[in-house]
Amino acid sequence: MSDDDRRRLSPEGASRRKFLRTVVAGAAGAAGVGAAVSGEGVDWEALLQKNFREMSREELDAVLRRLEKKYSKRYGKDVKVSATGPLEGVVYGYGLDVSRCIGCRKCVYACVDENNQSRDPQIQWIRVLEFERERVERGFVMEDGNPYYDHEQVPAPGKVYLPVSCQHCEDSPCTAVCPTGATWTEPDGIVVIDYDWCIGCRYCMAACPYGARKFNWGDPSVPDADINPNMHLLGNRPRSRGVVEKCSFCIQRVRDGQYPACLEACPVGARKFGNLLDPNSEIRYLLENKRTFVLRAELDTRPKFFYFWGTA
Amino acid sequence: MNGLIQFVRFAQGSAAIVLRGSRQYWTWVGLLLLVIATGVAAYTNQLTHGLIVSNMRDPMSWGFYIGNFAFFVGVAAAAVILVVPAYVYQWGPIREVVLLGEIMAISAIIMCMLFVAVDVGRPDRLWHLFPGVGLPNFPSSILVWDILVLNAYFAVNFFVVTYIVFKSYMGQPYKPEFVYPIVFLSIPLAIGIHTVTAFLFMGLKSRPFWNTAILAPRFISSAFCSGPALMIIIFRVLRAVSPIPISNAALRKIGELLGYAMAANLFFLGCEVFEQFYAPTRHTIHAEFQWFGLQEHGIAVYTWFALVCNSAAFLIFGISRLRDRINVLTVGCVLAVAGVFIEKGLGLLLPGLTPDMLGEVYRYAPSLNEVLVAAGVWSIGALFFTLMARVAMAITLGEFRYQQK
Repeated sequence: MSDDDRRRLSPEGASRRKFLRTVVAGAAGAAGVGAAVSGEGVDWEALLQKNFREMSREELDAVLRRLEKKYSKRYGKDVKVSATGPLEGVVYGYGLDVSRCIGCRKCVYACVDENNQSRDPQIQWIRVLEFERERVERGFVMEDGNPYYDHEQVPAPGKVYLPVSCQHCEDSPCTAVCPTGATWTEPDGIVVIDYDWCIGCRYCMAACPYGARKFNWGDPSVPDADINPNMHLLGNRPRSRGVVEKCSFCIQRVRDGQYPACLEACPVGARKFGNLLDPNSEIRYLLENKRTFVLRAELDTRPKFFYFWGTA
Repeated sequence: MNGLIQFVRFAQGSAAIVLRGSRQYWTWVGLLLLVIATGVAAYTNQLTHGLIVSNMRDPMSWGFYIGNFAFFVGVAAAAVILVVPAYVYQWGPIREVVLLGEIMAISAIIMCMLFVAVDVGRPDRLWHLFPGVGLPNFPSSILVWDILVLNAYFAVNFFVVTYIVFKSYMGQPYKPEFVYPIVFLSIPLAIGIHTVTAFLFMGLKSRPFWNTAILAPRFISSAFCSGPALMIIIFRVLRAVSPIPISNAALRKIGELLGYAMAANLFFLGCEVFEQFYAPTRHTIHAEFQWFGLQEHGIAVYTWFALVCNSAAFLIFGISRLRDRINVLTVGCVLAVAGVFIEKGLGLLLPGLTPDMLGEVYRYAPSLNEVLVAAGVWSIGALFFTLMARVAMAITLGEFRYQQK
């Protein structure tokens, strides 16, 4: 599926909206609110930008070029911002072997590096919880988990580790509550956020049953040298203060046929990824042959992130 | 055309009235302006540095602002408790004060809107919510519903108040066939703003503490406590500073209604406590945090304090010998406002979000910056009320009438 085939919202209202939008956003800009918020002076094109799903191919290209120019200048390197669309016949699924995970947090830091997460204030899309092995036999209850474990060596004896990030739910509570349609599920199952459309009300954070969504409380900062210049508009490109972000299954990598960064960083092979629609994929093998489970199954959000006990 | 000229003169006259007043009046307005200026400075600081100047963080992503929002929606909804006896039953003593109640509703809605506006991370993008220009996620997002009903309720009350005040300025009786349909519309809307605001929280299946069918009834019962109680306090102040005729009979009647509302409120609370603690599950951890604090007792003290306030207020409202003494009734009202402000503000937000979805207990209390911004919003609401009430009272007292030139 090409970008042009992307599911769009009511294109018929687009020109009327464009006019009204100019008027309203102009007023907001004139009031200098935009300037105060972004701290970079009024960026008219950014202020008037449409929701991603309402942009034409040309408008989208203009946005991508504008951002590439802006980021290349800001970080002093050649930045590429793409909006590669979903692949035909693909719905992504993730598998995590709880019996293998050693709690080393290599995935957490690979994710931070790949996805340009703020170093200060610190934002991490993956959180690893440590549980007592014997408690887990009765199921994972989040309050029993400890995200702040700090051992000389992992895995600590008698412990089990549970990395949690966005579960990319089929029936995602976060997208349902978003008042502006700034977050939605793509045809390949990835729940994405339009960082230029999010108003930062944080309703999605209250709705998410997995604590996956993170807010930019202050100005995010990533050292220029550490910026990953291979960016996707709905994924790892820099976020502004006041918007929500989360795991995108490494949309900039997986739509190019690569594995997510967390999977490649895992030293024990606990992480699996693939196409749920492909009967020969590894993820399908796991679903059919292993004891898989999802978190908070009783909420019926139907995550596409599956945990399983591979060896024990 | 003639009507337009009259209305322009009414508007000019209103402006003249609010610019004229005793030293007491100007001290009050000056104080409000001072707090508003402080709030604006604090909000500018928030715009400059981001919401990091608040104490909200990822585990506690809503705090004092949204708590205040929930509380003031209740205050706004409670105007209906005066509207029904005034317009439906034509009960004299209440009819005298209904306008002030509606003015309070308008002021409360203004505060609600402001509390949502100061809470968002990108206020420059608020237009994304508006139909036509933005992309409101309707009907899926309850927040969009809430914005719609709040605006409708604001419009209805603002229209009724302006129309009735303007008519009495002209010395003409208002047309009941014109006012009544709109007033009747305000009754379901008042229940609606509160129900929808409760649904905002109830609709989150991730938050078991809020995901309870009794939340909307609880919101309405507590609204019928806090709103009328605040009204009685304000009426007593107005009576002390002006010759406005507000009878004790009206206050006692409102006090009696408060007794029923507080009884319902405490009963609903009891139902929740029973459900949580008689058959506890792992979800009860939120109620344990609320009532016992999970190791640290800060929030538990706050919760029990609210219960004591509400119970004492119930005794005062429920025992006629106490209620009939206006000073004791006023104490009951202060207790009820304090109790509900806790119960429906941070008392709702803190246990709802703590522990967070991954089990973390983050102990939130608002930062100074948050409190200053909130105080600014309260003062804007109070200033609106003061100015509108001043015009309405001048007309009621016959100081301000249309004169043929």
